[in-house]
Amino acid sequence: MDRAMLSIRNLHAAVDGVEILHGIDLAVEAGEVHAVMGPNGSGKSTLAQVLAGHPTYTVTAGEVRYDDQDLLAMPPEARARAGVFLAFQYPVEIPGVANATFLKAAVNEVRSHRGLEELDAMEFLELLREKAKIVEMDPSFMSRPVNEGFSGGEKKRNEILQMALLEPRLAILDETDSGLDIDALRTVAGGINRLRRPDNAMVLVTHYQRLLNYVTPDHVHVLAGGRIVKSGGKELALALEAKGYEWLDAPGEVATR
Amino acid sequence: MSTSAKTIEEVTNRAYPYGFVTPIESESTPPGLSEDIIRLISAKKNEPAFMLDWRLRAYRHWTAMERAAGEPRWANLTYPSIDYDKIVYYSAPKRPVAASLDEVDPEILKTFEKLGIPLEEQKRLSGVAVDAVFDSVSVGTTFKEKLAELGIVFCSFSEAVQQHPALVERYLGTVVPPTDNFFAALNSAVFSDGSFCYIPKGVRCPLELSTYFRINSAGSGQFERTLIIADEGSYVSYLEGCTAPMRDENQLHAAVVELIAFEGAHIKYSTVQNWYAGDREGRGGIFNFVTKRGKCAGARSRISWTQVETGSAITWKYPSVLLAGDDSVGEFYSVALTTNRQQADTGTKMIHMGRRTRSTIISKGISAGHGNNTYRGLVKVLPRAEQARNYTQCDSMLLGSECGAHTFPYIEVANKSAVVEHEASTRKISEEQLFYCKQRGLSGENAVSMIVNGFCKEVFKNLPMEFAVEATRLLGVSLEGSVG
Repeated sequence: MDRAMLSIRNLHAAVDGVEILHGIDLAVEAGEVHAVMGPNGSGKSTLAQVLAGHPTYTVTAGEVRYDDQDLLAMPPEARARAGVFLAFQYPVEIPGVANATFLKAAVNEVRSHRGLEELDAMEFLELLREKAKIVEMDPSFMSRPVNEGFSGGEKKRNEILQMALLEPRLAILDETDSGLDIDALRTVAGGINRLRRPDNAMVLVTHYQRLLNYVTPDHVHVLAGGRIVKSGGKELALALEAKGYEWLDAPGEVATR
Repeated sequence: MSTSAKTIEEVTNRAYPYGFVTPIESESTPPGLSEDIIRLISAKKNEPAFMLDWRLRAYRHWTAMERAAGEPRWANLTYPSIDYDKIVYYSAPKRPVAASLDEVDPEILKTFEKLGIPLEEQKRLSGVAVDAVFDSVSVGTTFKEKLAELGIVFCSFSEAVQQHPALVERYLGTVVPPTDNFFAALNSAVFSDGSFCYIPKGVRCPLELSTYFRINSAGSGQFERTLIIADEGSYVSYLEGCTAPMRDENQLHAAVVELIAFEGAHIKYSTVQNWYAGDREGRGGIFNFVTKRGKCAGARSRISWTQVETGSAITWKYPSVLLAGDDSVGEFYSVALTTNRQQADTGTKMIHMGRRTRSTIISKGISAGHGNNTYRGLVKVLPRAEQARNYTQCDSMLLGSECGAHTFPYIEVANKSAVVEHEASTRKISEEQLFYCKQRGLSGENAVSMIVNGFCKEVFKNLPMEFAVEATRLLGVSLEGSVG
């Protein structure tokens, strides 16, 4: 367990004084894909945001080790530079900043942290062109402002493109499948599969099983009421799809004390 | 305090790298203003009689205004009254004005070198000619001969009075009359130097012309005057930069800029204003009261103002365009940043007189710290201005919760065929934007700088290339320390 890339122990987190996560335990090894599923309001997105260091959430108890570092002590940009990537459920618009400018700044921050030389404009464009193919993104997106006027599907593809560029060790994908039509879902899932490597890990946060038709997880966890109530293999996701979340004996009131 | 507030606070606690003083001997008039001082300034500059008369008329008008009401108080600015008796109205480096750049005091050359404005021509970026104004006088103009081959006159104002008195007499004060306002009257009485530029018919000026203003002496005001005349079908791009030492007391800068564009001419005037802004508590800094106005005198002429205002404790400035010629075009693109205790009341006036005249106003105000930023703009369509067209976009960004953004648009339309549009927005850098950038590895400081630069993009793209780079960098420096 100590050898895991990510190990979460008894994690409690609150927002505005209301506790949402009531003790999460989870270990993720390099090369693994974990799916975290659960009904709305179960705490899935909170878990994703807490791991990335969103300032709205307060960790009230527990610990998170990432590559043997105390993840919770690191500011969000340090986590990112150390290889933790969050694909946002709602990617944020930055008016006036060209997507390429933003991506270049991000790539160079991460590169210089890893002791690599920064890319100049030409080298970066080369890399961008190559990576854009993974998510079948039109080059015209690069000169458009970050996420501004992008459709839902374009925003999600842009997230996966960023993941491809930044080559994270640990990628957390927060409802990347939501709001996608079937073609976009296939493209995004294809991109995710191409980025799976033995030395990285992914946590897919999702409400539905349908993304998992394309990306096969090694482990599936069901989150309900701020706790993991069930863990299993990929067949667990299929069972959830067939029976819904109700068949699980969700802890509800009793568990939150 | 939220992280975004912390971040922004750090970004706005900036260092001012231009705050040094150059140790040179200078020659100054005693503080205070009288007809004798004006006669002295005029005599020092060996001016023809028309100039002295002009100054004295301006001075009399100003004293009448001073007695009647004093400084204008309508602006959204709070500052102690200026004591005009304590200001030194003329201060010049003691060495006589150099005939060539080789004779300029090396200390002064060093100063401009330090500011990134080397005056030795071989060191200049090709494509920019510079007139350097140090306190009250111009210390050197580069590339004069090269420009003269095209018939372009680019020199200090004092030199223009000597060499081209007819042009000066004909156009001085025709766009900003000495009676225009309190500060214009004061400037007209005491202005000591500045830049003069004449582009002959049909000439496209091949270099960016640039004036760099530097205040050095303590206790002195700076009153320069710039006059640019673009004859029929000509084009010129003009750049202006300003810095001053850090001092605890406020210093007055009251400049006048007049532009005249004849038929088919285009003048592009860009400013990066970075006068010393005072410290975090608001001690010291330049009081910047400037009158800038252009006249599109001929048909199809065009005047474009682009300004990036990051310095000064107080900024009071409304670069305007009189659209007299039919089909003439006026443009105003502005970024004003106020941080710490800075206050800016800035905007423009677009006066549509000719038919089918068009104007565009894009204003971006950024407030941080305890800064207070006001946009004030007038769009006026006169009865004769058939089918006049204006588009105004006025955006404010607030960084933090102690700062202010205000908008005072004035629209007066006297022709029913006019189309006038006004759009305005106010926004903050959201916690989500900051977090998104940080999640991609950007430091808070870089994130704020990037978001603010994105906000200003529509203005920056109108700046000449080197200036756009400078403006982006300056904004970064000015915001330094507001982020965490």
